[in-house]
Amino acid sequence: METATAAFSTNETCLLTAKPRIAFFDFAGCEGDQLQIANLEEKLLDILAHVEVVSFREIKTGHGDDYDIAFVEGSVTRPEDEERLKDIRSKAKVLVALGACAAIGGINCLKNFMGESFYRDAVYGPQAGWYKTYAARPLSAVVQVDAEIPGCPIDRLEFARVVKEILLGRTPWLPDYPVCVECKMAGNICRYDMGKMCLGIITRAGCGACCVTEGAHCWGCRGLFPTANLDAARQVMDRAGFDRRQVQDLMRFFLGDTRAGL
Amino acid sequence: MAKAAKEKAANTAKKINVHYLSRVEGHGNIIAEVDEAGTVTACRWEVPEAPRFFEAMVLGRSYQDVHHIVSRICGICSIGHQLASLQATEEALGVMVSEQTLILRKLALHGENIQSHLLHVGYLVLPDLLGVDSVIPLASTHREELLHVVKARAMSNEFCRIVSGRTTHPQRLMVGGMAKLPTDEDLIRLREILVGSQEHLRAVVDLFAAVRGNFPDFTRQTEYVGLSSPSEYGLYWGEVASTAAPRRPAALYQDVAREYCVPASTAKWARGADGPYMVGALARFNINSGQLNAAGREAAEKLGLTAPCYNPYHISLAQIVEVAHSVEDAISLTDALLARGLRAEKLPPVRLAPGRGAGAVEVPRGILFHAYEYDENGRVTHADCVIPTNQNHANIQKDLEALTPLIAREDKAAVELKLSMLVRAYDPCISCSTHRLDLSEEGLVRFVPAGAKKG
Repeated sequence: METATAAFSTNETCLLTAKPRIAFFDFAGCEGDQLQIANLEEKLLDILAHVEVVSFREIKTGHGDDYDIAFVEGSVTRPEDEERLKDIRSKAKVLVALGACAAIGGINCLKNFMGESFYRDAVYGPQAGWYKTYAARPLSAVVQVDAEIPGCPIDRLEFARVVKEILLGRTPWLPDYPVCVECKMAGNICRYDMGKMCLGIITRAGCGACCVTEGAHCWGCRGLFPTANLDAARQVMDRAGFDRRQVQDLMRFFLGDTRAGL
Repeated sequence: MAKAAKEKAANTAKKINVHYLSRVEGHGNIIAEVDEAGTVTACRWEVPEAPRFFEAMVLGRSYQDVHHIVSRICGICSIGHQLASLQATEEALGVMVSEQTLILRKLALHGENIQSHLLHVGYLVLPDLLGVDSVIPLASTHREELLHVVKARAMSNEFCRIVSGRTTHPQRLMVGGMAKLPTDEDLIRLREILVGSQEHLRAVVDLFAAVRGNFPDFTRQTEYVGLSSPSEYGLYWGEVASTAAPRRPAALYQDVAREYCVPASTAKWARGADGPYMVGALARFNINSGQLNAAGREAAEKLGLTAPCYNPYHISLAQIVEVAHSVEDAISLTDALLARGLRAEKLPPVRLAPGRGAGAVEVPRGILFHAYEYDENGRVTHADCVIPTNQNHANIQKDLEALTPLIAREDKAAVELKLSMLVRAYDPCISCSTHRLDLSEEGLVRFVPAGAKKG
């Protein structure tokens, strides 16, 4: 993340010396990531001692335009979203993408594989023309993103760690290895050994393989890890006997906007 | 004299434009205009949230994935969306779940309702009653009271984690059963934290009983719709009951919730038997209060809430009553599970055949319907989701229209606060409500393009 390093080195002093002002914004998404922050409960009170919240519409009425760090949840899905996002970018020294929709486009990208007239008619019928929308994309398609907190939803402890690193002027670190590493440590049986498909082999770790541990499989919500080997993943899926449709269903769940062959 | 009259007229005339109402989930605007004679010339509730198209996104998807997709409609009520979705899919595919699964699902729903209600009353509504703009200053001015809310919420987070595995977009709930079960130790721990939270809840009840006078005194009778069951306070299942129409099974939900589109909103609005109707905690309380358990009845008494209650601001009080009820009911359900012993169960077989089914669950903000049709491969060919906030939008508009003339001569800040508190009382979940419509009817409100600028 070269861009991120640049953003942090230029703002390091500012963030270290002042009590940074932070703001939260959301685009198309479920606000489940901001909810994880509210769910930090007493830990949230600790974080609030070190920052000043100037805008957080979900919990606060007053709004300020003077902020250092912007946390942005949700995907860009309409032309007018771009204008608002660029405005936020211009005011923020550091812009953090919060959650899968903001970081990788996430589940909103499912509709990108349908014709626009199809999904609009299917949902809004004769009034389809009232609502402007286009293909869902992550924030980075429109503005520079300095840091990401991936996941659907985000891991609240990872949020606390990343905030701490930003406040210390460091480039936030994200695991650069697959979910499989954490899945082994969690003591799970490989889903492929159980005849199930799983995206842990190409997905960025950091979640502790929570979905596999809970009895499901990895859905890929944290995005690809930097050196994910997609060819090898395809071979694993082929060898395990999954057909094209099954692979496509899972790959499109969250990874619709990535470089992964879908 | 003329000057004083002129000043008074100038004070009477006002334009209220709450652009992106705060302390609600999602984006919504309140517009109200009063002229110099004190006549209300405009009054609108607008929803310019980005449309999200979930009902199209599930088309062609496998029955095993659908509840995981629709879960993402809402971060706050993801468990409720999963449960309504599972009910619809299981009905379509003829799957029956075990009694153990049923108890666990009821627990999952209680956990989410408690979590969401406490978030709403403790963090979003309480600041209005204490005259501040967010919960943050209360951390220093009302620390002791706030800590009771925080501790009760911590219980609800842990509750959801123990039962569903994760508080948001959980992974354990699945078609036919559970992907993973809590252990007996987990359940013993759950019982402990539920019992331990009751003292904090009593403090929350006392707090709201002390400040309930700060809710505006406004009543407007409307139609109330909610699930009703002969055996319990209806939450997980039941018939669709209304104060203005006969009861119906969930499959006939379209008779009750007739959705239509209004130009001001990307969300669909709904009409009941008599026009706009209310769903949510107060609607449930008005229909089912006779089935509250002792804890729920005690909370209602302390809060001075009796059915029927026509004051929409008192939705928050009904939510607190439900929290007390749910905690006590969750203790009983946990005891029942511990008594019978949790066991790993074989999932019922799923026989793929074309079919359709509907599910109805009472989620924090009201009754939620999901209905799907499946093809012979177990893939969705049609989907319909009717979300509680969608059903409340038209009723919110009617409340605003009734309230604004009554307070039109108050100063601008007071009017703005009372209108904001009114919409906030419904605990609208606007991200949820922004998709899908079926019927086109005449619009109630002037068209405002999504993303319209302030001014």
